[in-house]
Amino acid sequence: MKAILGEKLGMTQVFDDESRAVPVTVIKAGPCRVVQIKRPDTDGYGAIQIAYRELPVHKVNKPTAGHFARAGLTPHRHLVEIRVDDPDTYKVGQEISLADVLTKGGLADVAGVSRGKGFEGVMKRHNFVGQGASHGAHRVHRAPGSIGACATPSRVFKGMRMAGRMGGEKTTVLNLEVVAVDADRGILMLRGAVPGAAGSVVLVREAVKAGG
Amino acid sequence: MNKLDQVEGAYKRDDIPDFGPGDTVKVNVRVVEGGRERVQTFEGNVIARNGGGLGETFTVRKISFGIGVERIFPLHAPIIQSIEVIRRGSVRRAKLYYLRDRVGSKATRIKEKRDR
Repeated sequence: MKAILGEKLGMTQVFDDESRAVPVTVIKAGPCRVVQIKRPDTDGYGAIQIAYRELPVHKVNKPTAGHFARAGLTPHRHLVEIRVDDPDTYKVGQEISLADVLTKGGLADVAGVSRGKGFEGVMKRHNFVGQGASHGAHRVHRAPGSIGACATPSRVFKGMRMAGRMGGEKTTVLNLEVVAVDADRGILMLRGAVPGAAGSVVLVREAVKAGG
Repeated sequence: MNKLDQVEGAYKRDDIPDFGPGDTVKVNVRVVEGGRERVQTFEGNVIARNGGGLGETFTVRKISFGIGVERIFPLHAPIIQSIEVIRRGSVRRAKLYYLRDRVGSKATRIKEKRDR
């Protein structure tokens, strides 16, 4: 799996060859650095750890600074581990740029933290249909309705979908078309929406379920 | 939005004349019919400009055979071959939607802008 970290810049639209407007999300991806390599013989599996966004040394604690110093790098804000089959093809300290991960016309997956929506009711949070606007409905238009039976089981089952905090959790969207790759500036355009607010950090990877 | 502006810049057209609501424009539109491309013109009054950045659009209204016709163009769309400003209008608001309710050539007339 190939992946890179980046910043979601926002959405806009561009025109394709047939002059159709294409909705795109613009992501500034990378550059990322390989901090650690995990091999099957030492760690039990193959993976690389990549870092994004440099930090001054005084901003991190000693264990973190030491982890980066071992790779010969300045500290970075974000660390992510990516499973790879061939960890020996990577070198510690190596730079991973956008062109290594994606090409125009391919498909990509994007993982990020969705926007926090706060405390939301069941209609918005779980797509419940609510209740009637009329026919005698009184103050229950957006209420969930029954949440279980009576004396048996005389409790509410665990996992019952109810109102509560929504958003602010890790979300992945699959198979977004790569509309444009500007390797020099690290600018990536993907067709469609991506989780998170503009300015949030997202993980962009090669589509893992493409062509299924 | 500053970061996006830099990205959008590469896709923006730089051959768009300065025009606004009240102006009379001739829009030359590329039309592909059966693999053949030709240019169609749409001439009328600009009654609105909407949005910003790459998604900006403008609305052109004309009276065609007695029936009001409006067409909304994306400002930066490649199907627009060119835009010609024919007449500058002097208007006091940004959206000229009131023209839709007016009937007759005198009522829908827009004063020409005079340079001082």
